[in-house]
Amino acid sequence: MSADHNAMNLTLFVWRQKNAKDKGRLERYEAKSVSPDMSFLEMLDIVNEDLIKQGSDPIVFDHDCREGICGMCSQMINGVAHGPEAEITVCQLHMRRFKDGDSIYIEPWRSKAFPLISDLMVDRRAFERIIQTYGYTSAHTGGVPDGNATTIPKPAAEMAMDAAACIGCGACVAACPNASAMLFVAAKVSHLGVLPQGEVEGARRVRAMVAQMDKEGFGNCTNHYECEAACPKGIKVTFISRMNRELMKSIPTGDEVSAAGGF
Amino acid sequence: MILDGKCPTGPIQTSWDRHCFDLKLVNPANKRKYKVLVVGTGLAGGAAAASLGELGYNVEAFCYQDSARRAHSIAAQGGINAAKNYPNDGDSIYRLFYDTIKGGDFRAREADVWRLAQVSNNIIDQCVAQGVPFARDYAGYLDNRSFGGAQVSRTFYARGQTGQQLLLGAYQALSRQVNAGTVKLYTRREMLDLVVVDGEAKGITCRNLVTGEIESYWGDAVVLATGGYVNVFYLSTNAMGCSVTAAWRATKKGAYMANPCYTQIHPTCIPQSGDHQSKLTLMSESLRNDGRCWVPKKQSENRKPGEIPEAERDYYLERKYPSFGNLAPRDIASRAAKEQCDDNRGVGPGGRGVFLDFSDAISRLGEDKIRERYGNLFQMYEKITDENAYKVPMRIYPAPHYSMGGLWVDYNCMSNVPGLFVLGEANFSVHGANRLGASALMQGLADGYFVIPYTIAGYLATTKPGKAKTDHPEFKKSRDEVEGQLKKLLSIKGKKTVTDFHRGLGKIMWENVGMARTAESLKTALREIPKLREEFWQNVNVSGGMAGVNQQLENAWRVADFFEFAELMTRDALHRNESCGGHFRVEYQSEDGEAMRDDQNFTYVGAWEFKGLDKEPELHKEPLKFENVHLAVRSYK
Ligand SMILES: Cc1cc2nc3c(=O)[nH]c(=O)nc-3n(C[C@H](O)[C@H](O)[C@H](O)COP(=O)(O)OP(=O)(O)OC[C@H]3O[C@@H](n4cnc5c(N)ncnc54)[C@H](O)[C@@H]3O)c2cc1C
Ligand code: FES
Repeated sequence: MSADHNAMNLTLFVWRQKNAKDKGRLERYEAKSVSPDMSFLEMLDIVNEDLIKQGSDPIVFDHDCREGICGMCSQMINGVAHGPEAEITVCQLHMRRFKDGDSIYIEPWRSKAFPLISDLMVDRRAFERIIQTYGYTSAHTGGVPDGNATTIPKPAAEMAMDAAACIGCGACVAACPNASAMLFVAAKVSHLGVLPQGEVEGARRVRAMVAQMDKEGFGNCTNHYECEAACPKGIKVTFISRMNRELMKSIPTGDEVSAAGGF
Repeated sequence: MILDGKCPTGPIQTSWDRHCFDLKLVNPANKRKYKVLVVGTGLAGGAAAASLGELGYNVEAFCYQDSARRAHSIAAQGGINAAKNYPNDGDSIYRLFYDTIKGGDFRAREADVWRLAQVSNNIIDQCVAQGVPFARDYAGYLDNRSFGGAQVSRTFYARGQTGQQLLLGAYQALSRQVNAGTVKLYTRREMLDLVVVDGEAKGITCRNLVTGEIESYWGDAVVLATGGYVNVFYLSTNAMGCSVTAAWRATKKGAYMANPCYTQIHPTCIPQSGDHQSKLTLMSESLRNDGRCWVPKKQSENRKPGEIPEAERDYYLERKYPSFGNLAPRDIASRAAKEQCDDNRGVGPGGRGVFLDFSDAISRLGEDKIRERYGNLFQMYEKITDENAYKVPMRIYPAPHYSMGGLWVDYNCMSNVPGLFVLGEANFSVHGANRLGASALMQGLADGYFVIPYTIAGYLATTKPGKAKTDHPEFKKSRDEVEGQLKKLLSIKGKKTVTDFHRGLGKIMWENVGMARTAESLKTALREIPKLREEFWQNVNVSGGMAGVNQQLENAWRVADFFEFAELMTRDALHRNESCGGHFRVEYQSEDGEAMRDDQNFTYVGAWEFKGLDKEPELHKEPLKFENVHLAVRSYK
């Protein structure tokens, strides 16, 4: 690692589990001479390089963009989704946040709806299926009006953007004692619901998405607000109340019930 | 061989409309009989799969991430261009066309660029209808900002997350088609080979990244939208998984690789902090709207930036390019930064950095305005560097960012292999030798929403559905080859890791085939790449086995392909005895250090045919004609 005089030595306890059937356990690793300028994932890279050189299997973890936007990285660090710093993802966490001699526990997202694949990698396709039920506007390609044909008040555009900032990482679910996906769903419902283009289908959307969320086995929201605290994009729980209001208002008419897959 | 781009002739203003009318159609009842494989779900692939599914084709879409929403388009920050002329500042389709041709240093096809400019306006409308929360003014109208290489404000944006929002729009449209049953999505699948049957693209071979199985998929056409290849430099602004694999495998199956030497080094990235670095982070070019680039006039300056008086600062871009200033195009801005650092005026660790200073803008507009415009970028900068850019100037340095080169395609976005279409960053089509900011998002969505839905019909109408399915011997042959190579990688059990080799290759490429190239450095690279590649095949250590998740094996395959591709890229750079856009050959520059094109000899697209690893690739030329823009020396002074 680096020869930096600020370098630290750390002890890691990492969840190792070859696949869904394997019995998992925490394994201990020593991370030596870690530079404070490294990102958390770069620290893990180096631990992995050592493991490979020793002929062991490296730690499996999801990652791609390494700049906090793709939503791929997903780790519980000392019991906190994405680690100790507010409003960032694991890949943005830097080692200067830790001190020499620290022990760090690294585990996967844990939720019934996110089955484990390997080590720190989980299957988040439940989120995909929720978006597939109605996380969109039904605009066709082509044949839409000019972008400025409908003005959108700046506050609405800003609020839509606040909600749309969700990266779909699943930290909200991992942080919630009930493994609820309310923040994720509320963010999408609100992003589209506050815009005139999405409002048209608002009632059908909220019913369909909430129904799918329940079907996937996510828990209920009992107002712990852990989701907001864990969200790397600072998405607010007020979107959950907003969604609940939208759901209440969406009393379906007969034909809509069947179309949207029930209430 | 002289290649034909099959561009429509006649007045350029009506060329695309006429071409659409001339294209064959597939009747609605027949569409579902055709299966189209779309590899990649970024802006290009996501938009294509959604639109083709909506038209009624039977679509299967693939990506290596766990969700279509995570393609690297998600990381684009700054914005997307369109010729709307909402600000009434003199923009037009012609001006966007002109700027793109000039920005590309006259190395792109006029007809393709015209079409891009023409459909740019539809893209904005489409995205608004999908609920993309673009920035708006208080009257509720769409807002614009400026980007490099343009003197009009034509860039639409959604805070600093434009790519994310556009991709979510495409991803949601795609999800709607999945729900409708027209698109089947295969995530955590990596395409490792293209299957060609009787000269036509008819399928792909993938590795299932969860089970490790090798899978075959057939289609009546294959669309590659697999992004760019600048991870050949190891460190770049691309995501860790971005690779040349899909494009390179297509090349090995007969598709031509065009202009691979055109790579873009982006001027505003966070400088490297150490050897542990795994990727570089871009700071959006939009920052150059309000940030001013400078270096100390004194060499090896060691005062803090705040202690250096105005008179001792060199705002080198404003000085050298008074009319474009800090908004000079990327290739020019990057080289200017490198020059300053080479001249010992660089700042920060190792002197590889220049300042991007916001203090003037903050005193003019207030910190809040700057926060509103770039808040997330400043935050990202602070996370990485531990510095507050509202108080001290940012430090930036150029980094590999974008590949203008890519698979050769004709005007229909079809490669020379019939049935193989290539979209987005993976093709070579519209950016010439240099891409302007905010034009890649535009191209991806143009190709996906508005080009491929028309042009693919022209091919499908000539082919019978289901001509070759996975029981065809070519599929088995491809699976066997893939399995053979994977097993070989696992069996070497050498002493160096895949990352060691990737870093080594990156070093060769950055030093010899980077921002400034010479015949000498390129020849050095051509000696060193095969040497290191040979060592890779003897001494790489890939742990684990074929079954289940094996991220080392995934990476080893990608790096193996980069090794082969790197050589072709270098050859292309060596053959192009001129400087143009992102391809700067030190031997070809004017007295004041500007790039010197050789229009007499190099006004063509260089498309390479792979002939085998130990054989010289064959160069095919597609001559470029400029009938609507006067071929002139590019000047941003
Ligand atoms: C940090 C950053 C900022 C940028 N900012 C801007 C900007 O502000 N404006 C602008 O216009 N442009 C910007 N760009 C450029 C632009 O984002 C990209 O060029 C563009 O998004 C590429 O889109 P794409 O659809 O071609 O590819 P990508 O979005 O990269 O998608 C590639 C897809 O292919 C899949 N894939 C790749 N290989 C395989 C394989 N072998 N098998 C299966 N699937 C595969 C991936 O899973 C992914 O789905 C930026 C780029 C970066 C890196
Ligand atoms: S790797 Fe993309 S958000 Fe962390």
